[in-house]
Amino acid sequence: MKIDLTVNGQAASGEVEARTLLVDFLREQLRLTGTHVGCDTSQCGACVVMVDGKSVKSCTMLAAMAGGCDVTTIEGLANGAELHPMQQAFMDNHGLQCGFCTPGMVMSGLDIVNRHGRELDAATVRRELNGNICRCTGYQNIVKSIREGARAMGD
Amino acid sequence: MREQGIGASVRRKEDQRFLLGKGRYTGDINVAGQTHAYFLRSPHAHAVIEGIDASAAAAAPGVVAVLTGDDLAADGIGPLICGVTVTSDDGEPHRAPPHPALAQGKVNYVGDHVAIVIAETLTQAQDAAELVDVKYRPLPAVSSTGEAAGEGQQQIHDVAPNNVCFNWPFGDKAANDEAFASAHRISSIELTNNRMVTNPMEPRAALGEYNSGTEEITLHMTTQNPHVHRLVLAAFNQLAPEHKLRVVGPDVGGGFGAKIFVYAEELVVGWACRKVNRPVKWTGDRSEAFMADAHGRDHVSRAEMALDENGRFLAMRVQTTANLGAYLSTFSTMVPSYLYAFLLAGQYATPLIYSEVKAVFTNTAPVDASRGAGRPEATYLLERLVDVCAADMDLDPAEIRRRNFIPKDAFPYQTPVVQCYDSGDYEAALDQAMELADYAGFAARAEEAKSRGKLRGIGFSSYVEACGIAPSAAVGQLGGGVGLWESAQVRFNPTGNVQVFTGTHSHGQGHETTFAQLVCDQLGVPFENIEVIHGDTARTQFGMGTYGSRSLAVGGVAIAKACDKLIAKGRKIAAHAMEAAEGDIEFADGNYTVAGTDKSMNIAEVAFTAYVPHNYPEGVEPGFDENAFFDPMNFSFPAGTHICEVEVDPDTGEVEIADYTAVDDFGKLVNPMIVEGQVHGGIVHGIGQALLEGCRYDSEGQLVTASFMDYAMPRADNAPDFRIGYAPTDPPHNPLGVKGCGEAGAIGAPPAVINAIANAIGARHVEMPATPETVWRACQSAA
Repeated sequence: MKIDLTVNGQAASGEVEARTLLVDFLREQLRLTGTHVGCDTSQCGACVVMVDGKSVKSCTMLAAMAGGCDVTTIEGLANGAELHPMQQAFMDNHGLQCGFCTPGMVMSGLDIVNRHGRELDAATVRRELNGNICRCTGYQNIVKSIREGARAMGD
Repeated sequence: MREQGIGASVRRKEDQRFLLGKGRYTGDINVAGQTHAYFLRSPHAHAVIEGIDASAAAAAPGVVAVLTGDDLAADGIGPLICGVTVTSDDGEPHRAPPHPALAQGKVNYVGDHVAIVIAETLTQAQDAAELVDVKYRPLPAVSSTGEAAGEGQQQIHDVAPNNVCFNWPFGDKAANDEAFASAHRISSIELTNNRMVTNPMEPRAALGEYNSGTEEITLHMTTQNPHVHRLVLAAFNQLAPEHKLRVVGPDVGGGFGAKIFVYAEELVVGWACRKVNRPVKWTGDRSEAFMADAHGRDHVSRAEMALDENGRFLAMRVQTTANLGAYLSTFSTMVPSYLYAFLLAGQYATPLIYSEVKAVFTNTAPVDASRGAGRPEATYLLERLVDVCAADMDLDPAEIRRRNFIPKDAFPYQTPVVQCYDSGDYEAALDQAMELADYAGFAARAEEAKSRGKLRGIGFSSYVEACGIAPSAAVGQLGGGVGLWESAQVRFNPTGNVQVFTGTHSHGQGHETTFAQLVCDQLGVPFENIEVIHGDTARTQFGMGTYGSRSLAVGGVAIAKACDKLIAKGRKIAAHAMEAAEGDIEFADGNYTVAGTDKSMNIAEVAFTAYVPHNYPEGVEPGFDENAFFDPMNFSFPAGTHICEVEVDPDTGEVEIADYTAVDDFGKLVNPMIVEGQVHGGIVHGIGQALLEGCRYDSEGQLVTASFMDYAMPRADNAPDFRIGYAPTDPPHNPLGVKGCGEAGAIGAPPAVINAIANAIGARHVEMPATPETVWRACQSAA
């Protein structure tokens, strides 16, 4: 079936099977490979994207369900080479190591800001990151990055 | 200190591409005409294959080929090898059963590779795999580490009677027995070291391309050591001659050991792309990682310590059974032997240590190195035993450690287990950790917790590890088939910027930044003008890769040596250009200066002169490009003390890490920000092992914990912020004065956590993972 949607502010369309997952559509058809696949049970959160302003694990959504939606991926955050404040905070606070979970962490960070505002305590961020797994960082610097990124988003 | 040189917390060069979503991992790479591969795996832990009928699958829509072990054997590919020999107590080498990359007549674990299905799309390959008719005759399975070598167990391999790979005694048993016979007291412990699934966040993947014109295979894959992969695939697996095989490890999403090894999938993809003459892409999913990545740990041990009346350690003896899984993975044999028994001295001056390691086969995934590899197992056993000794002798856990530490004036210190520690100051780390953790205030905190119905406990772990792997001669003496030096090439381009080629591989460690800092510091070239290149056998010289916290301690020194050569060559060029004697040229901060004058030439100008040698010293080669190799003289020995405080809810058995302090000796820090990140990650890895992670097979060899829903990975709310300190000493064997830091946390943390839980609930021991159920049961029996 054919789907039409908006991805990172631009019109996109594609021919998908009924079983095609949104993450596979983004990666394989649109070649937006910044969104990653780290598991097959919707646990790791490496594939988190924004769909109509809400964070979604793009492995839990069929591409067909995204028809007509407004999707933002990690590729849609920066202004050219100028990083979004949340991305910049990850760089400034060493919030990433291998980079594989990072796109999902950044998108989840933005979702936490959307739901909890820009003054975040560490416990809230740690609790809200329950759906994102990182093996490298031990999370401390991710938490720090999200808190600082949240504050910087108001500047 | 230069602003971006050694010692500066420079932001990472890697981050921009990862944050923009512009990383390039193997699964992100697509090439024209590529096909997709799916591996058909055994659902049985142990079975004879009586036949495979792939005709229906081969005829399914989009299928390009279905290939089995017979096809692989006909082409003479494989088998997979183990590269380290351990001599068993009968004088024979360890038993090495055949390890075909695709099963030949038998499968030996759930997830064992049976066939590769190649199709135009991945879904077509998956659909077709369901049509492959494999006739299995199931056999009884062996899955228990402790029971594998017992009477009446099913035999897995003909070459390994009683499922034993090796029996390996080490040390002076008679002297040890004598010390035990005259001891004031003997303390003992029995414990398991729980099996872990390494789980880097990027699952393994491979993309093979064959060029029939050049007869070259290019294999993009998730690797920590591209040249080692190429060497083994060429020399032992007959995939292609080394010069006709290119292995590329592009961005790699974490390794922790799991991407060191030569696995079936990458070999089969490399072979299949030539067979079907089309690019073949395989992207493993998490279920495959759980089934078929090499796992870690999995020991069952008993340890005893002989003590004198003052709590001093007289002798230690250890019996360990180590599970190696169904086949021998690439470096599996060395993990429970040389990387384990040689670390059993820990930080203590125990004069006698005797160990017996029995390595066994089971119908489970192969077991090999995983973050720390052998050293976490040794440290956990020893540091738990030390706490039991403290309890038996009624000594404070810090005090018994202090009494037995190797004193700081005893270095270099020859342990009774081969290793000669080159530097350390264990009391300094202990003191600093106790101060950071406010040990003096613990009793009050425990009292306050009690008022809330919580049991608060404190646990110490004083670890030492051997990393910076490794002096080649030592590796050779121990039966290793490789040298473990490292290589570097530092190349100025004519315009003055620098490319650094390293034989190590970065998959999260930040080498592109740390190594650029080294070069910036040494050559005085601006940080932004330095690019570090790794991970492609066609671009970098032969190198041994990244594991065993070796990249800076070994690879970094190779880079420094190449820089030394450039500086020396540049001195001749600068002397000639400035019409001075070579002996009068001083080099500092990127400039060659004629001593006592203001005549000076920047190294970038010297580089340009070397490439445009119109006015040039006689006998000096043009070009400004040097390579170097470094073979370390000794391992490096990071050490430290970690202190963990937990709060246990006795009603639920739930454990909260209330506080955690780590004070480590990593020698000189190049980028403190990166080092601290490595420590954080290692500690949480260790907390995962202590509290959450436990890979389980049932009695029939079925993998029970096969997804992130069944196998608990540490998440953001499983740990607090950490208190981090450093107590550095200067390692005399390392020219840069550095040690390794990548594994320390995973080594130090598990005993610190379990010692804290045991302290909280007043139990002698609690097994890992200390899940609420385990802890609740321990609370009941302690009460």
